[in-house]
Amino acid sequence: MTETKSIPLPDKLASSWAGWPTLRFILGRILGLLATLFVASIVVFGALYLAPGNPLTFLTQGRSMSQEAIAALETQYHLNDPIWMQYLRWLGELLHGNFGTSIVYNQPVSTLLAARAPATVLVIVMAAAIVLAVGLAIGAYSGLRPGWLSRWTMAGATAIMAIPTFVAAVVLIIVFAVNLGWFPVFGSGAPGLDAVYHSILPAVALALASVAFVARLTQAAIRQELSAEHVQTAVSRGLPRRYIVQRHIVRNAAIPVLTVAGLTIAGLIAGSVIVEQVFQLGGIGQFLVSSVQQKDFPVVQAICLTYVAAFIVLNTLIDLAYALLDPRVSLGRKSS
Amino acid sequence: MSTLLEVDALTVRLPVKGELRTVLRDVSLSLDEGKTLGMVGESGSGKSMTARAIARLLPSGATVAGHVQFAGANVFELRGEALRRYRANGVSVIFQDARANINPVRRIGDFLTEALRTNDGLPAKKAEQRAIALLAEVGISDPERRLRQYPHELSGGLLQRVMIAAAVTVRPRLILADEPTTALDVTTQAEVMSILRRMQQNYGMAMLFITHDLELASAVCDETIVMYAGMVVERQASNNLHTEPLHPYTAALVQARPEIDRRSVRLPAIPGHPTSAYEAPEGCAFAPRCRFAQDQCRVAAPPLLQIDQRGVTRCVRMPEIRNQLRASTMLLAEGISREEVAR
Amino acid sequence: MTVAVSVVAAAAAADDRLLAREARKLRRSGSLGVSGWIAIGALVVLGLVALLAPLIVPTDPNAVSLSDAYLPASGSHPLGTDASGRDLLSRLIMGSQTALVGPLLVVVASTILGTALALCAVWFGGWFDQAVVRVVDAIFAFPGLLLAILATALFGSGLTAAVAALSIAYIPYIARIVRSAALSERSLPYVAALRVQGVRGFVIATRHILPNVSGLIVANGTLSFGFVLMDLAGLSFIGLGVQPPTADWGAMVGEGMSGVLQQQPLEALSASLLIVITVASVNILGDRLTERSEAHS
Repeated sequence: MTETKSIPLPDKLASSWAGWPTLRFILGRILGLLATLFVASIVVFGALYLAPGNPLTFLTQGRSMSQEAIAALETQYHLNDPIWMQYLRWLGELLHGNFGTSIVYNQPVSTLLAARAPATVLVIVMAAAIVLAVGLAIGAYSGLRPGWLSRWTMAGATAIMAIPTFVAAVVLIIVFAVNLGWFPVFGSGAPGLDAVYHSILPAVALALASVAFVARLTQAAIRQELSAEHVQTAVSRGLPRRYIVQRHIVRNAAIPVLTVAGLTIAGLIAGSVIVEQVFQLGGIGQFLVSSVQQKDFPVVQAICLTYVAAFIVLNTLIDLAYALLDPRVSLGRKSS
Repeated sequence: MSTLLEVDALTVRLPVKGELRTVLRDVSLSLDEGKTLGMVGESGSGKSMTARAIARLLPSGATVAGHVQFAGANVFELRGEALRRYRANGVSVIFQDARANINPVRRIGDFLTEALRTNDGLPAKKAEQRAIALLAEVGISDPERRLRQYPHELSGGLLQRVMIAAAVTVRPRLILADEPTTALDVTTQAEVMSILRRMQQNYGMAMLFITHDLELASAVCDETIVMYAGMVVERQASNNLHTEPLHPYTAALVQARPEIDRRSVRLPAIPGHPTSAYEAPEGCAFAPRCRFAQDQCRVAAPPLLQIDQRGVTRCVRMPEIRNQLRASTMLLAEGISREEVAR
Repeated sequence: MTVAVSVVAAAAAADDRLLAREARKLRRSGSLGVSGWIAIGALVVLGLVALLAPLIVPTDPNAVSLSDAYLPASGSHPLGTDASGRDLLSRLIMGSQTALVGPLLVVVASTILGTALALCAVWFGGWFDQAVVRVVDAIFAFPGLLLAILATALFGSGLTAAVAALSIAYIPYIARIVRSAALSERSLPYVAALRVQGVRGFVIATRHILPNVSGLIVANGTLSFGFVLMDLAGLSFIGLGVQPPTADWGAMVGEGMSGVLQQQPLEALSASLLIVITVASVNILGDRLTERSEAHS
C-alpha cells in the first residue's frame, strides 16, 4: 500500500556510499517489524479487556480456584494497576521470556509451548519444502512448455486452490491412511524419522492449495517473461535458448515468484492449526484449539502472539530477500 | 559492391482473433554491403514487421511468403545453430525502447558482454575490455562504473547508446535500427543519431534504418523506401525524395511537414486516416486519401513501376502526374502556400 | 509498520495483476465465458437451496435416532444417515445456510468498511491517509483464521464472534485495492476537471470515483468470499465455529471424521464436496470478474 520513498542520491555519493541505501532499507524494515510487533502485542493484551465481564472473572471463567491461584493471576496481570502499567509490565515479562502461567496446567506457558513446538515447526517446514519443490517445478515446466498439458495442469491447479486444508486432510486420511493403510491416521510419532513419517500426510494436506497457487503464479510469471521485450532482444542476439531461459526468463520471473511463494509459506502458519487438529500432531496449533475450548487464556494469548510474530518476521525476511533479488528495490526505488 | 540483403515479394500474415491478417504485402528491397537504406512510414505501415521478418522475430503463428536472402543464405530456411549464428553475427537489432529491451534486473556489463561470452566464447575479462572500449566509443563517460550499474540507473539516451554498443560488439554485417531515436528527446536524438552513423561507418556495417521521420531518413540514408499499408509505395535515392517525390503519398508527407524557412497559415494535413494492410481497399491502398485518384486506381492493385533510373513507385498515374507533383512540391519549397499552388 | 509489509504487499498486488493479465491474454473478450456462467449457475442453485432450506428439507435435520446410525441410501434417506441417525441430505441442505450466510456477512461488512476507509483515505490524504495505511498494515499482520480463533476465545465459540473477527481481518485486502485504484483514478484529468468546476469532494468520491472502481470491488469481494468460506468452515471443523447440533458443512466434515475411521466417509465427503464446489465456483467467477474489470479499465 505504501511505496518506498526514493531519495535518489547524486552519482558520486551513490558510488562512494554504495552500502548506505541498502543499510537504510534494512534498518527501515526492522523498525517497521518492531512497530508491527508492538501493535500486535497491544491487540493481544487488549483482547482481555474486550472480553465480556471484568478481566479476572474472564480469566477464571467460574473455575473454583484457590486464593493463591487467584492472587497469582492478579500478580501476573497486575490487575490492580492502571491499564497502561499492566500492559508495560506484561510486555516486560514477555521480553524476559515469561509468557505467564497456564491456568489449566498451572505450569509456565513457555515450558508448555517449548514441548509442543517441534511438531509444529516440522509440519510447517515440510509443507514449505513441498510448496517450493513441487509448486515451482510444475509452474516452471508448464510455463516453458505451453500446450494442452500445461492448460490442463493450470485448470487442475485452479480446482485444487478451492480445496480447504481440512478437506484435503480428510480425503488424504480416507485414501492413504484408512483404505491403503500406508500412513498413520493420527499422532506425531517418536522423535526423528518416525515424526517425519507421521507428518507426511499433514504436510501434504497443508501444502496442497499453496502448491497449486505457486504453480499457477510461476507459470504466469514465466509466460509474462517469455513475451517480454528484453527476452526478444536476447533471442535477436542469437543467445542459446538454455542461456535465455536461465539468465533472462527464470532469473526475472524468480523475483515475484519467490516473494509471493514466501508469503504463501508464511500463510501456512495459520493453516497448520487445522492440520494439527485433524491429525492430532500434539503441536502448538492443537494446543491453541484445546486452550480456547478450556478457556486457558494466558496460553491463547501466548500462542496468538507467537504466531503473529512468526508471521511478521517471515514477512519481513521475504521483504528483505525481495530487495536483495531485485536491484531496482535495493536502491530505494519501487519496481513497477 | 555486393548485395548483402535481398527481400523479395515478402508477404506476412498474422493470426488476429482467429483470422489471418495481412500485415506485409509484396515487400521487396535490397541493400548493399555497407550501405544505408531508409524505411519511412506511419505506425502500422509495416516497417517494424519488415525488420522483424528479416531478423526472424515474427510472432508465432505468422505465415510468410516470399524470400529473404542474407549473404546468399535463405533466411527463412535457417534452423537451429545456423539461425543462431545468423542472429549472433549476421544481423543486430536496435530496438526503439531500450528500457524495455534491456533486462532490468541484470547489470549493463552483463548485457554488453553476454553475446561475446556465450556466442564467441570470449573470456569474461576480454569481453569486458571490449565492452569498455565500445562504451567509450559511443561517448559514455566512466565506462567501468557503467558496467556495474543497472538499467534503471541510466537515462534513456544513455541506454540507447548502450543498446547501440551492444549491437556493434559482435561486429554484425547488418544493423536493423527500428526507430532508434523516436523515444528520445530532440537533443539526445541528434547525439544518438550521429553516434549510430559513426559506428556504422567505423565498422563498415550495412543498416536498415526505420523511422517515421522523412527528413531524418533522407539525411541519413543512401536510399529510402516509403511504406504505406504494408506495401512499398516508393523507393528512390534519398536526396531526391523531397524535391521529386514519386508517389502522391510521399508528396503529401513532404508538404505536411513544417519548415523553418516557410511561412504558412496552416499545414496541409493528409485527409482521411492511415489504413492497415488487412483493411486496405481493392486497388491502390492510398486511393481514398489521394487527390489524384481516378477510377483506374480503385480497380486493381497497382504494380511497382520503374521510373527512369530514379526509382520505383506503386502509383499507376505517376508518369502523367509526375510533373505536377514536382511543381507543387518545389513551389512549396519556395514558400508559396498550398492555396496558391492549387490555383 | 508500513514498511514491514509494504513491498510484500506491492509484490502480492503485482502478482495478482500478473495472474489476471496472463488470464486475460488467453481470453481477451472480457465476457464471463462458459466457465463463468456455469459458476454463476452453480451459485444460484446453492443460493436458492440455502434460501428455501427450511421448506425443502425432506426430514428434520436434527432428528436423532441412534438406532438408525449410518443407514445406507434409501427412499426415506436419499443419502443415508450420519452417526446419530440424522438424515444426511437434510443436514446438507440446512448446512448450506450457515456455510453461505457467514461468508456473505463477512464480505459485505469488510467490503463496505474497507471501501469507505480507502475512499476517505484517498480523499482526505495527508496524515489521515497515513493513519489508515498503518492501521490496515497492522490488521494485515494477523492471519484471518488466527484473529477468528482469538475472537472465539474471548466471546465464546460460534459464528458471531468469528464473523466479526473475519470482517475486520479482510478489510486490508479490499482497502489496499480500492485505495490504489482510487489513487490512480484521482490523478486522471476528469477528476481535476470536476474539481475546477467546484464539485464537492464527497460527490466526486461517491458519484465518480466509486462507480469506476466498483467492478474491481465486486471482483475482489467475490474472490474473498471463497477464502472466508474456507476459514469459517475450518473454524467449524475444529469445533470453534458453528456449534452442534446446528447443521453446517464445515462442522459436518468434522463430525464425519468418526465415520471416516469406521469406513463411513459419506458425511465428510459429501459436505467436503459441497464446500469445494462452492469455493471453486466463486473463485472462477471472481477470476472472470477481475478479467472483465481490467478489460474495461
